[in-house]
Amino acid sequence: MKSLSRLNAIIKKEVLQLSRDRLTFGMVFGLPIMQILLFGYAINTDVRNLKTAVANQANTHLSRQFVADLRATQVVKIVETVATPDALEGLLRRGKISIGIVIPHDFDRRVVDNNRAAVHVLVDGSDPTILAVANQLRTMPIRFDTTLQSPKKQDLIEVRPYYNPERRTPVNIVPGLMGVILMMTMMLFTAVAIVRERERGNLELLINTPVSSAELMIGKVTPYIAIGLLQLAIILGFGQLLFDVPVRGSIFDLYVAGSAFIAANLALGLLISTATQTQFQAMQMTIFILMPSILLSGFMFPFDGMPVIAQYIGEILPTTHFIRLTRGIMLREAPISELTSDLFFLIGFTLVAMTIAATRFSKRLD
Amino acid sequence: MGAEFAIEARGLSKHFGDLRAVSDLNLDVPRGQIYGFLGPNGSGKSTTIRMLCGLLTPTMGSANVLGTEIPGDSRTLKPKIGYMTQKFSLFGDLTVRENLQFIAEIYSYPRAERASRIEELLGKYDLHDQQTQFAGTMSGGQKQRLGLACAVLHHPELLLLDEPTSAVDPQSRRDFWANLFRLAESGTTILVSTHYMDEAERCHRLAILDRGVKVADGTPQDLQARTSMHIVEVIAENPYAAQSTLDGVAAIASVTQLGVRLRVLIPERHENPVQLVEKSLAEHGVAGSASLTAASLEDVFVAVTMSPEERDR
Repeated sequence: MKSLSRLNAIIKKEVLQLSRDRLTFGMVFGLPIMQILLFGYAINTDVRNLKTAVANQANTHLSRQFVADLRATQVVKIVETVATPDALEGLLRRGKISIGIVIPHDFDRRVVDNNRAAVHVLVDGSDPTILAVANQLRTMPIRFDTTLQSPKKQDLIEVRPYYNPERRTPVNIVPGLMGVILMMTMMLFTAVAIVRERERGNLELLINTPVSSAELMIGKVTPYIAIGLLQLAIILGFGQLLFDVPVRGSIFDLYVAGSAFIAANLALGLLISTATQTQFQAMQMTIFILMPSILLSGFMFPFDGMPVIAQYIGEILPTTHFIRLTRGIMLREAPISELTSDLFFLIGFTLVAMTIAATRFSKRLD
Repeated sequence: MGAEFAIEARGLSKHFGDLRAVSDLNLDVPRGQIYGFLGPNGSGKSTTIRMLCGLLTPTMGSANVLGTEIPGDSRTLKPKIGYMTQKFSLFGDLTVRENLQFIAEIYSYPRAERASRIEELLGKYDLHDQQTQFAGTMSGGQKQRLGLACAVLHHPELLLLDEPTSAVDPQSRRDFWANLFRLAESGTTILVSTHYMDEAERCHRLAILDRGVKVADGTPQDLQARTSMHIVEVIAENPYAAQSTLDGVAAIASVTQLGVRLRVLIPERHENPVQLVEKSLAEHGVAGSASLTAASLEDVFVAVTMSPEERDR
């Protein structure tokens, strides 16, 4: 009973302080909205309109038809027409174009010759994404004549894109973004909230009162659980409204996963707060964990493509498991009962981090 | 546990690595009295207070504080003590009333009496006009009154005050001490650390700490009577010349200038201290008159904190 009243006092105080800290309060809501707008619109792996120049040395009816077809694909955007392949190389080197297309003098003859390539495509291969897009051009058919259709050839392999047939990047990004935004705010807020009290001397007063370390920690993080769930709703709402990101699975499952993830990050934030003395240190620590969480969690790059060691690092980050959960529930309509290993990891992570934090915390002044 | 003492410490020590912050401290603090810790910065005052309230674990030795053994589980102790930190440690972004409310809840003060207790404290500590002001925007004296009000809200038996007056003006200090006496009157034991002589003089008893060692303790009157030094006061036209002359005299342990006067400490085993001083001044052609006087607390402090070489002069 007394313990509950103390817990209540800490929560009340924390909410009061938070509501007066306008900047932090703004961050709570502004940060997820800004990030989802920014990343939702900016990140796009389905690249189009690559800057391209053409050197059409054949200049025949067929080659002009070919250039028009290229333009129609919207994969390339022809910004310049030059005379020679050398000029294309110059433009590539200066970064004016990403793709250069060489149509040789004997284009018409090469088209019917199966042993020689009809067109050369020069690509700025320093960016693998652009190279991959350029490779799409290889599948483009050449039409000799609009009247004479070449017989339709059946592909040996047919790829059927499940869950995101339109290949829209936000569908992939938004569920991951939920993980990154929640991690950043939850971890930073808790770490800073405790370290700030130490910096201001409040902690020395508090540990001399009957408040136990567990009450203090739980009381301090509870308001942030509510904030985290609210942020989750904001990201989901904006994702659906602006980017039409579906929630195919159960929203309840999603909130179960979200709660476990929020708890894991709050525990991590508390752990950081016991290891740092100033708010600045706490922020540095947060960024130290934030970077791998963005790059190694499968948020930006497919997890399977990473070296084994990087995968091990990724496996111990809560964000990795949460992103698997959100993508599973939102996109693949998986019930959480089929994703238990990720859920259990988050719960286990919370317990371990919380235990370490609580034992370290009680020994603080010595 | 003797009901007579609020704190009994035996051989209390705290080492931080090689630093002996507190060494072998014995302490008996009677109930209902104001007990002072006098000592310069770094003399172990704060460390001792932190050990007594269970914030730090002693390296050696033990203490009994209000019946609770230290080292040990200090949870039963917390509700019985009030603690005021050196630095203002309440919440700057909460109002005065909110701070008091928070402390009342933290100590599980009976809900029905909370409002009247807060009202009483606002009145007693002259904070009525500030009750809706953010604590962070108050003056040093107001912050300190709020600190004390929060520390005593739950009627602690023992109040531990760590240099509570280091950031306030003289008038606020006087008011603060008036409050302390009122609390002691009503039975609260108060342990207060300070580096001000005038404050130390107001304590019922005090201990002088120097580099982690208790070098003297007793009532201020006792300490003044027991000093092992002759105190000679010198009035000189040129105090600076007089001081440099006396500094060179073998038998003189310490010379302190106070305006045109000098306070000269001479170990008791030297006889005729006044003649000794006058003779030394005359030999160097410095004009001045000397007279024997009673020890002040500052003299006691200088005498007990001086190095053994100085003392053996």
